[in-house]
Amino acid sequence: MKFWRLIKANLFRKKVRLLLTLGSFMVAMFLFAFLAVVRGAFTRTGGIASAGRLVTINRVSIIQPIPLSYRDKIARIKGVQAVTHYNWFGGTYQDEKNFFPQFVIDPENQRKVIPELVVPDVQWANFLKDRQGAIAGAATAKRFGWKIGDRIPITTTIYGTGGAWEFNLDGIYHGQHADDDESQFWFQWDYFEERVPDRIKGLIGWYAIKLDSPDEALRVATAVDNEFANSPYETKTDTESQFAANWVKQFGNIEFLILSIGSVVFFTLLLVTGNTMAISVRERTGELGILKAIGFKNRSVLFFVLAESLAIALVGGILGLGLALIAIPVLGSALNGLLPNLILSKSVLAVAIGFALAVGAASGLLPGIGAMRLRVVNALRRV
Amino acid sequence: MVSVNNNGQSSALIQVRGLNKTYRRGGEEIQVLQGLNLDVDKGDFVGFMGPSGSGKTTLLNLMGGLDVPTAGTISVAGDEITHMSSGKLTEWRARHVGFVFQMYNLIPVLTAYQNVELPLLLTRLSGTERRQHVEAALSIVGLAGRSNHFPRQLSGGQEQRVAIARAIVSDPTFLLCDEPTGDLDRKSADEIMALISELVAKHAKTVLMVTHDPLVAARAQTVLHLEKGVLVEAAKSQHGVVVGGGA
Ligand SMILES: Nc1ncnc2c1ncn2[C@@H]1O[C@H](COP(=O)(O)OP(=O)(O)OP(=O)(O)O)[C@@H](O)[C@H]1O
Ligand SMILES: [Mg+2]
Repeated sequence: MKFWRLIKANLFRKKVRLLLTLGSFMVAMFLFAFLAVVRGAFTRTGGIASAGRLVTINRVSIIQPIPLSYRDKIARIKGVQAVTHYNWFGGTYQDEKNFFPQFVIDPENQRKVIPELVVPDVQWANFLKDRQGAIAGAATAKRFGWKIGDRIPITTTIYGTGGAWEFNLDGIYHGQHADDDESQFWFQWDYFEERVPDRIKGLIGWYAIKLDSPDEALRVATAVDNEFANSPYETKTDTESQFAANWVKQFGNIEFLILSIGSVVFFTLLLVTGNTMAISVRERTGELGILKAIGFKNRSVLFFVLAESLAIALVGGILGLGLALIAIPVLGSALNGLLPNLILSKSVLAVAIGFALAVGAASGLLPGIGAMRLRVVNALRRV
Repeated sequence: MVSVNNNGQSSALIQVRGLNKTYRRGGEEIQVLQGLNLDVDKGDFVGFMGPSGSGKTTLLNLMGGLDVPTAGTISVAGDEITHMSSGKLTEWRARHVGFVFQMYNLIPVLTAYQNVELPLLLTRLSGTERRQHVEAALSIVGLAGRSNHFPRQLSGGQEQRVAIARAIVSDPTFLLCDEPTGDLDRKSADEIMALISELVAKHAKTVLMVTHDPLVAARAQTVLHLEKGVLVEAAKSQHGVVVGGGA
């Protein structure tokens, strides 16, 4: 491309300005990637929300329990392949800041309902035999340096008199997809029920239901809730993804928050680069006049300006995303597992580059059209 | 070839007939050119003089296809340029006109070489051919050794020579120079004028030049004065240029 040299020369005309503009793109792209990742982490809570699964909670709220006796009734509903139940333990390991979710599970059905979180069969067999056994997600095990056979004390303030519950780590599970949650910690219902006060016995937190077919989600959900209507523990059943979305709403309207911050970033960037391009074109009025006098067409002049702003956008965007690629994993571990799914996916990267190019094109367009419309005689007269 | 007051047929390279240019500023109309006629032959070197605001730049811009007249026609080598679309006019300029201005001449971020190469980027010439042309043009203006210098590393006179090299590199039909020595000291101005004279004498270029400086104008074969919107021939007239006005 024989015009590239001219474009490049114009790009490097004011090096400080170029660096600052690249810097704004970098920061904005970094922020964009970060926001997208946080949004992803919230909306993806707990691995891929499967359309083939339902979650049943107490109609009042997720923190209200429901009876274990519902299990067999749910299992009998047509379209239900398997059902398993959970309690939230809410304990801590060593330090209150070390957050990770602990679930009381039903070992009999866990693997039928959530097959994507895989525990090697030998480890699973040991777990079943061990009343105080526990299974940890690979991420959590790695985070605390746990090995199979370790004895793990978990402190709880919710159940009983405080003090630590001791567990034996019998196995480690791995997710099968990149965004499966590998931070959970599981232990057995029988052990839990034995130790909790009487008033809590026989009550579980929520059910997870595996469907014969995702198409039946609505019918089965309605059937479950009808089954327990007018009982002291009415239920609310949703698909797993709907449940995850409701869960996120607990934290306030994250989506809206992120969207607003994102828009502010977008417009600020647009104004900053638009202004920079406008100034940089204006101070070149005479030169643009010369180029046109020599015989450069209007569309070439527009092309030069657009190429310049797009080049800045692309380079700045790539730098910002590169920074994000390095920083987001670091940030993820600094958050102590609070947001387990900080993943900078290819689609986020692609959207971010598209976004950068859109800002580049938009900010170059007006000055470029101005340059295009510029009349040579006026350009050369202006001092 | 010499004829006076020509507003009819001729075989001149550049033929200007009944040229009018009126600027509108606010409600006010400024009539700058009023029925101007001019014939210029190939190889002529014409100097234009006149008081500030008399319309010299206006005339040059019109002949260079940078602006369109209010009335009248300009034809160059048989092409009538006054009715060309702006896209066509741009192409025409690239092929036929070499410009040298007083200011803003060079692109500061490009080297002398790259500045001279600019017009050739609009042609189909290969990289090697472009190199040959640029080197030839730079050596005609005596700056072969300065190819890689940026404008800010050159003196005013040298910058103007680079601009001349750029104006001649694509071998245009004629050169338009608007006060090419306006910003230069006497010595540099003399050097530039020696160069332009040489382009006319040795390389048979056709040059139209605006200047305020009588010493500079004296280099031209013919000096024309712009007065009240028409051209008037000055005393020193040797050959080739026909002027007229009124119509
Ligand atoms: N774009 C324009 N709009 C309005 N008036 C203009 C415009 N361009 C030129 N003029 C007017 O036309 C007249 C002729 O201007 P022009 O620049 O051609 O004069 P000039 O002979 O080149 O003067 P100078 O010697 O100062 O360069 C001036 O009065 C000027 O103010
Ligand atoms: Mg002028």
